[in-house]
Amino acid sequence: MTAEQVALLPGAGGPPRATVNKIIPFSCVDGPGNRTAVFLQGCNFDCRYCHNPETIQTCVHCGACVPYCKPGALSIMAGRVQYDIKKCVLCDECFHHCPHGSSPRTREMTPAQVMDEVRRNLPFIRGVTVSGGECTRWRDFLVGFLTLAKAEGLGTLLDSNGSHDFSADSELIAVTDGVMLDVKAWTPEDHVRVTGWDNALVRKNLRWLAEQHKLPEVRTVIVPELFDCEQTVRNVCEVLWETGNLNTRYKIICYRPMGVREVYKGLKSPEQAELQRLAGIARGYGLTDVVII
Amino acid sequence: MKRVLTPEMIEEKRQDVFNILVDPTSSHEQRVTYLARAAENFLTVLDEPEGLDELLRCDIDTRCICNLFEGDAPYRPRYICIDFEKFLREGSAFLQLGPAKDFSEALTNLMIMYHNIPSITNYPVYIGDLDVLLDPYITDLSDEEVRKALRLWMTTIDRTILDSFCHANIGPKATRLGYLLMEVEGELENAVPNLTMRVAKDTPDDFVLAGVKCSLKSAKPSFANDEMFRGELGDDYCIASCYNGLYKGGGSYTLSRLILSNIAKRAKNIEDFKTRELPYVMDIMARYMDERIRFLVEDSGWFESSFLATEGFVQREKFSAMYGLVGLAECVNLLLEKEGCTERFGHSDRANQLGVEIMDIINDFNNNHYNKYCEATGGHFLLHAQVGIESDHDCSPGTRIPIGEEPDELVDHLNVINLFHKYFPSGTGDIFPMDLTVHKNPQYVLDIIRGGLGMDIRYLSFYGSDSDVIRVTGYLVKRSEMEKLDAGQNVRQNTTGLGLGASKNCKILDRRVR
Repeated sequence: MTAEQVALLPGAGGPPRATVNKIIPFSCVDGPGNRTAVFLQGCNFDCRYCHNPETIQTCVHCGACVPYCKPGALSIMAGRVQYDIKKCVLCDECFHHCPHGSSPRTREMTPAQVMDEVRRNLPFIRGVTVSGGECTRWRDFLVGFLTLAKAEGLGTLLDSNGSHDFSADSELIAVTDGVMLDVKAWTPEDHVRVTGWDNALVRKNLRWLAEQHKLPEVRTVIVPELFDCEQTVRNVCEVLWETGNLNTRYKIICYRPMGVREVYKGLKSPEQAELQRLAGIARGYGLTDVVII
Repeated sequence: MKRVLTPEMIEEKRQDVFNILVDPTSSHEQRVTYLARAAENFLTVLDEPEGLDELLRCDIDTRCICNLFEGDAPYRPRYICIDFEKFLREGSAFLQLGPAKDFSEALTNLMIMYHNIPSITNYPVYIGDLDVLLDPYITDLSDEEVRKALRLWMTTIDRTILDSFCHANIGPKATRLGYLLMEVEGELENAVPNLTMRVAKDTPDDFVLAGVKCSLKSAKPSFANDEMFRGELGDDYCIASCYNGLYKGGGSYTLSRLILSNIAKRAKNIEDFKTRELPYVMDIMARYMDERIRFLVEDSGWFESSFLATEGFVQREKFSAMYGLVGLAECVNLLLEKEGCTERFGHSDRANQLGVEIMDIINDFNNNHYNKYCEATGGHFLLHAQVGIESDHDCSPGTRIPIGEEPDELVDHLNVINLFHKYFPSGTGDIFPMDLTVHKNPQYVLDIIRGGLGMDIRYLSFYGSDSDVIRVTGYLVKRSEMEKLDAGQNVRQNTTGLGLGASKNCKILDRRVR
C-alpha cells in the first residue's frame, strides 16, 4: 500500500474523508445549471421507496460481492474489499448481491482528492452538489470540500434529508449556498412510516433554511398509499409562502419502482392527474417554479 | 489538362439526365436544379491537375477528393454572403427597390433579395444578421405586432427557400428583435432557416438562454464563439450554410474536401501517410480548387455581370475558398491499426495526438499554398471541417468522433473537440442531442456554451432528443418529412433527402443523448 493509501485508512488521522459512491462530472438534475454531483455513501433514513438502496449502508467488507464481479474490478486485500474503478463496467451485480444493503463500488476520498476530480470539469460547471446517501453524515468532509470548491469560484449545494441541524452548524452553512431539502412526509407518524425516523428536525430545517434564503429546492416523492401527500405539499407551501420563498423550486416527484428493493416494490405509482392536482395546489400558494418529475 | 468525354461517358450522362427527369421523389424545383448540374457536367472547360481523376471520379471506397456536387464549369460562387445592411439602406437598381423605410418594407425587400441570390443549391446560404438588420425597424411596434409579422415571414422563408443550408445570424448583442425571433422560431419548429447565435463574453446570459430554449424545441440556433471568429476574420464575418465562417459582402468560391479515411487506405503506415500520400492528395486538391476559382473569376463572367457584384453587394476581393476535410477519426484509427495499435480516436491520447499532428500538416500545407484570388484571407484557403454527405460511410464529418463511439462523459467529449475546432475558421461544429425536457434546466446548456467560449471550442449545436426538427450533420430536417420521403412521397426541401440518406448511412439518429 502506498503512503497515500495508508493515510486513507480509517483512524489514520489526517484530513477528513468520506466514502464516495459516485461522482457525476456533468449533471443537469442536481440543481440549476451544470454541476458536478458527488454522491456520498450511507444514509440514516430508510425510505421504503429509496431507488438507490445500495447507498444506505456502508460496506462491511464481507466480500460476498466479489465472486459476482465478472470483469474483476473487485478483490479482497488485507480483509478489505478493493474496488478498481478502471475495470468496472457498472453492471451493478455487486450491490444486487450485497446482503447488507451496501455497495463495494466506493472510494475513500479526501476533500482535495474529490476536488481534483471536480477540477477537470471546469470551466463547464457552475457548481457542485453533494448528495447521497445523506451527505451531512460526512459533515467534516463537507466543510473541507465545499471550502475548496468555493475557492475555485464554484457554487455549492447540498442534497439533504434534513436530519442535520443546519442552524447549529455555522461553519458548514458558511460554505453552503443552499440546501435542496427532501420533505418526505409532514406528520411524525407518516414520516416514521416512510423513513423509520421522526421529522422534527426536518421541519425545523425547512423553516430555518427558508428564513436564511438557503433553500433553492424542496422535493417530495408522491406515494399516496404511504402518507398524506396533500397535507405534506400544503405544509411545505405554507412555510415557503410565510418566509417569502415563492421562487424556491418545488419538485413533485412521481414514485417509480425502478431500483426499489423487492420487499417494497408493491407500492403503486401515483396517477398523472394526482401529480397535476398536487402541483396545482402548490401553484395556488403562489409558488412560481413547481416541477413534476 | 482538359478532360475528354468518350461516347460511353456521354451516353451515361444522358441516362443521368433521364433519371433526374423521371425521379418520383424529386419535386419540380429539385429536378430543375439537378438538370442544370447535369448540363454543366457535359462541359470540359477546366484545366485539371494530372492525377485528379483517379482521386475524384472513382469508386466511393477509394475516392480521396470530393467536390461536393459542384459541377465541372463553375458559373457562380458556391456560397454568396451579401451585404444586406447596404441593401436595406440603399435598395437595388436591378431589383427596382429603394431603401426600406419601415418594418414591412424591410421584410419584403429582404424576401425579394433572397430569391435573387444564387449558390451551389440555387438558394441563399446566408440571409443576414436578422437582429441587426431588423431591430431598428421595430421601435414603434408592439411585441405582438412583431411576433405576428415574424411568424408569417419566417414561415414564408421555410416554405419558399427549399433548402436548409440557408442560414441566418443573430447576436452577440441582445436585441428585442433577437428575443422575439427566438420565441417565434421555438414555436414554429421549422427546418429553414438554419440559425447561429454568436456568443461573446458580454452577451447576456438571458439572451443565450432564450436561444437554448429555442434550440431544444427547433434544433436552432447553434452557438458560435464570437471572439474566436472575430479574432480570425475580423468584425465582418458571418456564418453561412452549415456553420461556415465567411466574409459578409463576400463568400466562398468553392469547397472541395479531402476524404482522409480513404487517403489513409493508400498509406503503408503513419510515416508514409504524413510524408507521401497526404501531401500528394492535398497538392492535387489545392490545384483543382485553384483552377475552379480561376475559371469562375476569369472566364465565367459572374463577377462582371451579376447585379450582386455590379451594385456592390459583394466584392470579389472579399471571397475566399474552403479547403475541406472529412474522416479524421477513421483515418487515425486505420493508421494506428496499420501500426498494430487498437487505440481509438476520441479515447486515447495517442490517437488524439496523431489527429492533431495530421491537422498540423494540413494547416501548414494550406498556409504555404497561395491563391491570388484569396487575398481576403492572406492568399490562403480557409480550412473547413465538412459535415459529410449522405453517401459517406465509415467516414465521420470533419474531425468528429464517430457516432456510437462518443465518450461516456460529455466533459471528455468536449475536451477532444477542444483540440480540433481551432483549425477551422470556415467552419466546424459538434452536435449534442439533449434530454432536458423533464428537469427544465436550460442553464445546463448555457454553462456548457460558456465553458466552451473560454476554451478553443468554436461551435456547438444542441437539440431536444425528442424534437421533430433535428440537426443532421450541419443542416436541419424534420423527422416527419423524412418519414414521408422514405414512404416514396416527394417533399419540399432538398435537404430532407440528404437527411434521410444520412439517417440510413451515417447513424445520425443514434447520437449519444446527453
